[in-house]
Amino acid sequence: MFVRLIMAVAALGLMTGGAFAQAKLTDPQIAHIAYTAGQLDIDAAKQALAKSKNKEVRAFAQDMERDHTAVNKQALALVKKLKVKPEDNATSQALTKQAAAKRAELAKLNGAAFDKAYVDNEVAYHKTVNGALESQLIPSASNGELKSLLQTGLKIFQGHEQHAEMVDSKLK
Amino acid sequence: MTPRRTYPALVLLAGMLLPVSAHAATIQITVQNLVNVPAEANAKVGDTVEWINKDVLAHTATARNGDWDVMIGPNKTGQVVLKKAGTVDYYCKFHPNMTGRLTVTP
Repeated sequence: MFVRLIMAVAALGLMTGGAFAQAKLTDPQIAHIAYTAGQLDIDAAKQALAKSKNKEVRAFAQDMERDHTAVNKQALALVKKLKVKPEDNATSQALTKQAAAKRAELAKLNGAAFDKAYVDNEVAYHKTVNGALESQLIPSASNGELKSLLQTGLKIFQGHEQHAEMVDSKLK
Repeated sequence: MTPRRTYPALVLLAGMLLPVSAHAATIQITVQNLVNVPAEANAKVGDTVEWINKDVLAHTATARNGDWDVMIGPNKTGQVVLKKAGTVDYYCKFHPNMTGRLTVTP
């Protein structure tokens, strides 16, 4: 699991300073990555709401769906205001591909096994995205308002990471 | 409570200047970008604490000792009337990295 995560991070080119560091991202690319990361977590939440019967897990998934929808709405309003057109890129594509694989993997699980795998992945996913925000997306953002939205996003997602860890600790 | 602490609510200032006042005060705490401002506040038993949420996200002010659990909707407010003296640490259930502390005196 852990090794796979490291490989996923590396494959996404989210590590800075290492062999996988990529060319500086542009604001349209950063906006696309941030929006995609949020949308993928909404999709994960929808899967959890369709499959899970665990009260805590369902409440957590509802929180994720609600928060990421609100943040992405803000992000869309900002890119419209800045007249920035989000631009698809290799990182967004890798994130999307990884998430699709994870959804397919989770689709095969049920009950407590699904709950645990979903919440574990939420912890790992938020860690990965937060690492990318801190080390790459925020430092690369040129526009001050975009940078500021990403910084608030980081605080929100760090909260989600802690929340996911709390839910995870209650699951067997 | 020392007069050095400043709060946005004028009503609280009046309460501090007139400590014998029988009127309970309302202490306002602004929640913006996942931060409670002020993060630490003083109050008296009977006072109301009101959180003003300026975020587009739902938050909570949840006492760690279980005394109260206030829902604060996006761009809405949430209140609690303090019934017990003591120091209460609170956090947001949705974003546990958001914390605050109330010191409640009799």
